[in-house]
This record gives sequence, structure tokens and C-alpha cells, in this order.
Amino acid sequence: MTSLRQFWQSGPRRDPNTVAYIVLLVVAISFPILATVATGGQGEVMINVAADAGVYVLLAVGLNVVIGFAGLLDLGYAAFFAVGAYTYAFLASDHGRVTPLGEPIHLPFWIVLFIAMFVAASFGVILGAPTLRLRGDYLAIVTLGFGEIVPRIFKNASVWTSGVNGISALDIPALPLWLQGPWSGDPFAIVPDFKIISPLAYYVIMVLLLIISVVLVRNLHRSRLGRAWMAVREDEVAAAAMGVNTVAVKLLAFSIGAAFSGFAGTFYAAKLSLVSSENFGFSVSITIIVMIVLGGMGNIPGVITGALLIYGVIFILLPQMPEYATGFANSVGLSGLTHPSGDFPGIGEFISRLKFLIFGFILVVVMLVRPQGLLPSRQREQELQKGIAHEDTVIEDVTAEVGG
Amino acid sequence: MEGARKRPLSIRGDGMGTIGEAVRRRRSALRSGLTGRFLDLGLIVVVAAFLILLATRVLEHGPSFFLQILTFAIANGGIYALIALGYTMVYGIIELINFAHGDVFAFGAFLSASLIPVFGLGEDKPFGVLPALALLGVFVVTMLVCGVLNVSIERIAYRPLRHAPRLAPLITAIGMSFFLEGALFLWKGPSNVHYPNVLPSAGFNLFGAEIGTKEIIVIVTALVLVVALALFVERSRLGKAMRATAQDRDASLLMGIDIDQTIAATFFIGALLAGAGGTMYGLYYNTSVFDLGFSAGLVAFTAAVFGGIGNIYGAAIGGLLIGMIQSFWDGYFESAWTQVVIFAVLILVLVFRPTGILGMRVPEK
Repeated sequence: MTSLRQFWQSGPRRDPNTVAYIVLLVVAISFPILATVATGGQGEVMINVAADAGVYVLLAVGLNVVIGFAGLLDLGYAAFFAVGAYTYAFLASDHGRVTPLGEPIHLPFWIVLFIAMFVAASFGVILGAPTLRLRGDYLAIVTLGFGEIVPRIFKNASVWTSGVNGISALDIPALPLWLQGPWSGDPFAIVPDFKIISPLAYYVIMVLLLIISVVLVRNLHRSRLGRAWMAVREDEVAAAAMGVNTVAVKLLAFSIGAAFSGFAGTFYAAKLSLVSSENFGFSVSITIIVMIVLGGMGNIPGVITGALLIYGVIFILLPQMPEYATGFANSVGLSGLTHPSGDFPGIGEFISRLKFLIFGFILVVVMLVRPQGLLPSRQREQELQKGIAHEDTVIEDVTAEVGG
Repeated sequence: MEGARKRPLSIRGDGMGTIGEAVRRRRSALRSGLTGRFLDLGLIVVVAAFLILLATRVLEHGPSFFLQILTFAIANGGIYALIALGYTMVYGIIELINFAHGDVFAFGAFLSASLIPVFGLGEDKPFGVLPALALLGVFVVTMLVCGVLNVSIERIAYRPLRHAPRLAPLITAIGMSFFLEGALFLWKGPSNVHYPNVLPSAGFNLFGAEIGTKEIIVIVTALVLVVALALFVERSRLGKAMRATAQDRDASLLMGIDIDQTIAATFFIGALLAGAGGTMYGLYYNTSVFDLGFSAGLVAFTAAVFGGIGNIYGAAIGGLLIGMIQSFWDGYFESAWTQVVIFAVLILVLVFRPTGILGMRVPEK
């Protein structure tokens, strides 16, 4: 009891993240139960959506290493996501038969997960090595270019990737052994090669992947490398003078960030059982950046919260709004609004056309109200406040010098 | 991100003797010696390889086809140059990638399409002095409205965040871009919108290539606007204020320059060019679509970086070159790969010559 009180008095106050982590973990564990109870046993759809949202959370956690920790603006992160997804598509489907290779490759999901991680990381190194000597925004532009090139190559190199059709019918992930029992409504049996189909299983895999990733990223952040990243972010010249090998450190940030997106890509491809070059455009990269900045750059719980919120807005709230609006119009007796008349396309269609506008408006307003993000790291917040004060004093100082 | 320190532009010290500065100078000295020459050589090799590849195709197709493509390329490049100038000016002064700029350009195209009937212009009407004046009116009104729009965007979304973390205004820029796209989507719907074809389609034959009045008008207008802008920035008082603010904001403030006004003026002038570019795009291609600003903006921004961001002549040349690469690749090779080539060129240029073609040394952050 005393220890709990001590913990409460010291831990959470010094580091509000502890509370955030506990809350997130509790939400993650209780979500499937709540979803099932709330919908009366029909929670599969919600759990499915949550597993999809997990992909974006994973991407945001990975990109946070690059942008939040090392301060490198990466506008082409979706490219590494695409590399991860296509790696799974090549290594775990019949697709190999129609390529010049002529042979299908079927590797297990669990192995491809790691292969994709290394492939994506090597792409990070390939892109990073020649370009990391660029400063600041020039690096951002190169990553933007890379992000534009990769999906187009996947689209155009149709001999290998079957072009715009994408690659479909990917292998379903399987466990080599699984104990069946009453919990799944079957008699007791040991099943070899158990195919993972249920949304809940994907959700569990996603949560496990996320927990592993968050632990890894958090430890990295506190390691020597993490401090080097921060040093490079704050002042590269000073970091170099202090003996930080800036190129190696930046390269590591780049490739580690890419590795996480390889993870996410593999999971995404396996769950969807389909990859298409259309799904990895600039808008995906931008969405992930928005998640990070909005959530609180550099702070892992903030980034996770931001990712969940933005995912909810883009993929759940906005697509469902036309239905709500139509239902609302019907219920208040304005059902005339639901049909197109003249230039007016009907309220449902009208609202769905408002989608972009509303999303843009939300972004601008949230950023204006909280430029530091929703859950910024404490250290950062203080730096920021001091930074503004500092800037004013600089100008005053100079005035004084000139005057004297 | 940068909030904790002074404005990055103010550390452009030449004789400040910190350790970091010394390390950096030593490194850049080494680099500009041997590596610099090696890298420039690399760029020359890449460019030469591209030109040789192009030359073989050009010889195959004959000179009149080449002249035809060249005309398209210059007109196309002129429009990109006008958009790129807005990106480069804004980036030069507040280091922000103004994602909404492309959408201001698209807005210009949409607005001028609606203004054309208002000014009594229409398709299949004979073109003469009076319609030309009316078209000038369309240009002026579109440019002014775009200017006001861009200044409002700056006032609402960027100015309050001037001291915020560096990525915050980037997100509001993205938000504003979505907002404008949404507005255009609401206005004209999701499909391609026809733009009235009011320019005369007559042309003349030059060594077998058909050169239309349209191309000539587009090229001349772009040239006039670029030269006017360059003169303005170099000669006028406000232009001087802009350059000073870009170089060192604190010092400009001390010299009595109204920073807010100067930045607003930069947004205004950038949008004037974008509005003109949008009108020209519509008149030339006779089509526009709500997300035109996204794709065109991305390429135009590439052009600005290509030329050396912050440099006005650089943006003009970058726009021209990107337009040429695009048109030549479309004409002589597979158009599916055009975007890949544009961005590959961008990456190669930045790898071999990190400051762009005419780039100034951007101070370190």
C-alpha cells in the first residue's frame, strides 16, 4: 500500500507518460471486451477497424523516431510502408509464378515480418546514405521525391508487380501449432498450421507488435543513441563538436524508422491479403506526419493518441457523416433535403463533398489552439515556453548593444 | 522544433569563433575542395547521359517534332515557373513549405473560368482588341483575388504560429490545402471541369512545327511576369525589405522594416503569380480539376528546389527545366515514367549539388 502511494506521489507527477501508458494499455486490453458487450456480440467489425488503426499507430510510432527524436523531416515515409507490404506480397503468395521468376514463394508471415523489416531498413540506408549530408528541408524534399517514386515504380514495373491491379490472394498468416478448445467452440485438439482469420486474432497480433515496438522505441529514446538523436535535433553542429557521429546517428534514425514501417507494411498486406500501389501515396505520408505533430511530436503516448484520433476522424467519422446527416434530416422532418434537387446534390452527397473542407478546418484549428500538440513531452513543452521568452530577450539584448 | 534557439537565419555569422563553427568551416572547406569537384563531376555525368539518350531519340523523330515538343515544353515550363516563384518567395522569407500555394493556383484557374463569361468572353467569339482587354481584366481580377486569399491564409494560419515549433505551420499549411481543395470540390464537384477556350486557335508553321497563338501568349506572359517580379524584388523599396527580411529578420526589424507587412506582401505577390499561372493553365489546357493544385504544386515545388530555393531566377529556371523534362519525356519516352523521372532528377540534383542549380548557401539550422 505504501509503495503504491509512493509510486503515485513520485512517478506519475514526474512523468505523466506512466499514466498515459497505463491508460493506453488498459484501453487496448479492454477494447475487444467493450466492443463485444456494447454491440451485443457483434463487435467483430469494430475490432477489425481497431486492428487497421493499429497499422497507422505503428507507422506513427516509427516515423516519430525519425521526426520526433532525430528531427529529420521525412515526407516520404509511405514508401517504406509500401516496401514492407510488397515484400510480403512477393514472399508469401502465388504471385511469383507470373513474374519472370516463374516460381511461387511461400514464406511464413512471422519470418517475412523480419525480412520486411530488414528490407525496409536497407531502403532507408540506401536513401539515407547519399542524402543525409543535406540539411533540414532539403532532406525533406528528397524523401518527398522518394515517396513519389516508389509507388510509381511499383505501379509501372508491371512485369514484376502486375501494375495497377496490385497483388492479391496473399497467404493467410498461420500458427504452426494451436490448441483448440471450448473457448472457440470446438472440442479439444492440437491443430497444426492454424490459419489466422478472426479479427480478434489480428487485433491481438497488432497489440503485441505495438507493445514490442513501443518498448523498443522507448528504450532507444533513453539510450545513448536516443540522446545523440536529441543532440542532433537540437543542434547538429554542436553535437558533432561533442563527438557525435552525426551521419551514423541520422542514418540509424532513418533505417530504424523505416524498419517499423516494414513491420506495419507486412501486417497490413497480410490482413488485407492485397497490395496495390494506390495505397501508398503522398497522402499516407502526410496523414502520418499530421498524426505525429497533432499528437505531440517526440512523445510516444502523444503520438499514439494522435494516430488514433486522426484515424478515427479520417476513416470512421468523415465517411459516416453523410449517413448521419441523412438520418438527421429524415428524423427532423426535412426528408426533402435527402434527394438531389437542381444544383443541390442531396444532403448526404453534400456532406460527403464537405469532407476535405472539414478535415482541413480541424487541422488548422487544432494546430492554432495547441501548436505543441495534444500530449507534448513535458521537457519539450518547457523548452518551448522558455524558447519564446528567450527569443524576445535576444532582440532586446541586440537593441541595447546598438543603443550603447 | 527550433523554438528553443534564435532564428536560424541570424546565425549566419562569418567570424563567430565557436567550436562548432570552426568544425563546420573545416568540414565544408574539405568538402568544397575534393568532394565538391567530384560531386559536380557526378552531376555532369548524369546530365550528359540524359542528354545523349535524348539526342538519340531526337535524331530518330526528326527536327520538326523536336521543335513542336520544345514549344510545348517552354509553355508548360512557364506555367510551372510562375507557381514555383510563389513557393520560393515564401520559403525564402519564412522557411515554410506553403502547401496551400498549389491550391491557390487551382483556385485561380477555377475563378478565372467563372469570370470569363462575366467579362463577356466566350468560346467561338472572334478574338480582337476588346476581348483582349477583357481577358486582361480577367487576369487582373483573378490575380488580386488570389492575392487577398493568400494574405488571409497567412494571417489566419501562419502568422499566429510564427514562434511555434517549426512543424506546426507546416500542418496548418496542409490543413489549408485540404480546406481549399474541399472548397473547390464543393464548388465544381469531383470531375474534370471544362475551361472555356477563348484564345484564338490560329498558329503558324515553323519548319514543320505548328506553333499556336496560345503558346506564344503563355510564354510571353510568363516571361513578362518573371522579369517584372525580378525587377520589383531587386529595385523597389519593398523588394529590398523582402530580401532583408529573408536574410535576417531581427536585423531588419532593427532597421525599421515592418516584418508582418513585408511577409504579407510576399504572400500577396506570390499569389498574384499563382493566379496568373492558374488563368494561363486554364486558357492553355482548357481543363481544370479540384485537386489540380496538389499535383501541379508538388511539381512546382520540386522546380523551386531544383533551381535553388529562395532564389527567384532559380525558381524560374527550375520551372522551365522541369517543364521541359516533363514535356520531352512525355514526347519521346513513356509518359507513365515522367513523374518518376522528375523526382529522380530532383534527388540526383540535390545529392550532387545540394543547394540546387542557382542555390545560395542556406544557413544551417
